[in-house]
Amino acid sequence: MSAIGEVFARCKAEKRTAFIPFLVAGHPDLETTGKLLDALVAGGADLIELGMPFSDPVADGPVIQAAAQRALDAGMTMSKLLELVATKRDALGVPIVLFTYFNPILARGLERFAEQAAASGIDGVLCVDLPPEEGEREWIPALQARGLDAIFLLAPTSTKERIKKASAASSGFLYYVSRRGVTGEQSLLDPELSKRVKRLRRKLDLPVAVGFGISTPEQAAAVAKVADGVVVGSALVRTIEENLDDPRLAERIEIQARELAAPLGR
Amino acid sequence: MAKTETLPDAAGYFGSYGGRYIPETLMAPVEALARAYDKHSRRRAFKKRLAMLLRDFAGRPTPLYLAERLSDQLGGARIYLKREDLLHTGAHKLNNALGQALLAVEMGKGRVIAETGAGQHGVATATAAALLGLDCVVYMGEEDMRRQRPNVYRMQLLGAQVEPVATGSRTLKDAINEALRDWVTKVDSTHYILGSVLGPDPFPRMVRDFHRVIGVEAKRQLKKQAKRSGPDLAVACVGGGSNSIGLFSAFLDDASVRLIGVEAGGRGEALGDHAARFAGGSLGVLHGTKTMLLQDGGGQVAPTHSISAGLDYPAVGPEHALLAERGRVEYTRVSDREAVEAFHRLCETEGILPALESSHALAEAFKRAARLSPKHVVLVNLSGRGDKDVESVQGWDAAHPRVGSQEGVQ
Repeated sequence: MSAIGEVFARCKAEKRTAFIPFLVAGHPDLETTGKLLDALVAGGADLIELGMPFSDPVADGPVIQAAAQRALDAGMTMSKLLELVATKRDALGVPIVLFTYFNPILARGLERFAEQAAASGIDGVLCVDLPPEEGEREWIPALQARGLDAIFLLAPTSTKERIKKASAASSGFLYYVSRRGVTGEQSLLDPELSKRVKRLRRKLDLPVAVGFGISTPEQAAAVAKVADGVVVGSALVRTIEENLDDPRLAERIEIQARELAAPLGR
Repeated sequence: MAKTETLPDAAGYFGSYGGRYIPETLMAPVEALARAYDKHSRRRAFKKRLAMLLRDFAGRPTPLYLAERLSDQLGGARIYLKREDLLHTGAHKLNNALGQALLAVEMGKGRVIAETGAGQHGVATATAAALLGLDCVVYMGEEDMRRQRPNVYRMQLLGAQVEPVATGSRTLKDAINEALRDWVTKVDSTHYILGSVLGPDPFPRMVRDFHRVIGVEAKRQLKKQAKRSGPDLAVACVGGGSNSIGLFSAFLDDASVRLIGVEAGGRGEALGDHAARFAGGSLGVLHGTKTMLLQDGGGQVAPTHSISAGLDYPAVGPEHALLAERGRVEYTRVSDREAVEAFHRLCETEGILPALESSHALAEAFKRAARLSPKHVVLVNLSGRGDKDVESVQGWDAAHPRVGSQEGVQ
């Protein structure tokens, strides 16, 4: 079982939901990202989604768009992200999932990327604009050959056939997009969300993590009742964006992470 | 090469280009769109209605015009202009906007969205939406709103809501980003009328098919007017590549016709100073398709520059990438300066004010026609009219005073 699989198995045994915070790597700079990773683990992260910034993030809302742009302006690259993971992964002790768009990987070369990602200690990769159809020939085999989990998304629009396809292609877990739309906070969760996640989990063997639009401890608690994992991104990224010059930024993030993780059963 | 009708394959690929690189939320809707397009576009009632609208509403067929004075002045080949500038709304874009808007109605979508660079696709979409009673939102980069101002108010007059896009380079690429974000949010009620042969399958083939009429008409007209089965050269500008694919598609199987696609050479050769994907690009994925892309070594999309908003885009339609790979179409580039010179030349010799996009094709055609003899025929797609560009050209001329009225063209 992969490190990611073990996290979900352990959470299940402990009757709790995995807390999966998201950060944009290099936002606002590489050194800070390193400190924020420590803060997230101290705050209760079971697994961390690390985002590779991209110039044209069509699946992201304004908060993550702005963070990605700031990171790119500060010189963030895939090479720097891989180095950061290589220096941090063992000490962090939690699996890292790389969250990225496909083009930065294609530019590096799929095999070369997979080789380097595995060497750096990355545990799984999720390409938001790469559906299973486009990944099955080269991408998934390249990851599998290095023991990396290939994680695919499901959405409220996914048909029965697509659910089957994504679960067959994925390992580690499946990422369920909570709503039609881009990343970002929302005041109310879709009232249908719980029903849809419950139905989905009955059909699947893999754990299901839910993300997009979960920003408060209350929302996290509601989703935790039905999901194996809860992803929080924009709410944390906003805290970073609003406290760029605060010397206690890492502490703030740790506190916010703890508040979000608490209702998940920690 | 294979007949164009057989491309793309079932997965949406033209050779190794194309596909569907989109977020999962859009996958099922895009699959449904492909099915709806395949079904409705074959129905006689749909074809009949579209043909009627293209004729009675849009003004097809557009004329094929022999530019005699211009040809004489250049002293070379006879230059024929396919007058898409005379199509209703002033550019070829309406062929596709009407087709997709009809499809939206068939699919029961009450709202359409579009991106626009030069504003022509936005105007065409707003027009089709007004005609068919659909709600319409057009995304346009702030930089493009500034340089194509006349088209912004035209869209508003037609009842469309124009949404300024302030992210990135504030041009076409960013407008597509925003349109995709809108679509992913409201995909149940909304059809995205993508304006070029870009994006995930079925867009590249669907948009091409709606523009085939350009080449089909031109071929028929050439036969009648010039007693030729095809031109020696067919020239068109290539932003995403919709007007060019529309023209070229009629001649792809005729090896005696040389096909020339003209990209924006902008102000120089450095990355960021042009939009010449075949000169400075490499394989990449942007906006749902795998194709030639201007990018840095890390796979971040590069900024582009062109005086023409409609060509100012870092990627090119995937079918063009295949046509380039196979050598069937030759891709070249024309600078901002050469395009403006061609713009002036057509104004002064023929009394036609061309779009700056089309002026790129004209500039290349002028160069090549001058080297040929009067027994040769050069066909140029005059894809749009230039009223929208008057301010841009005025600004250019103020910064670059002209010495003689046609200096530098030959």
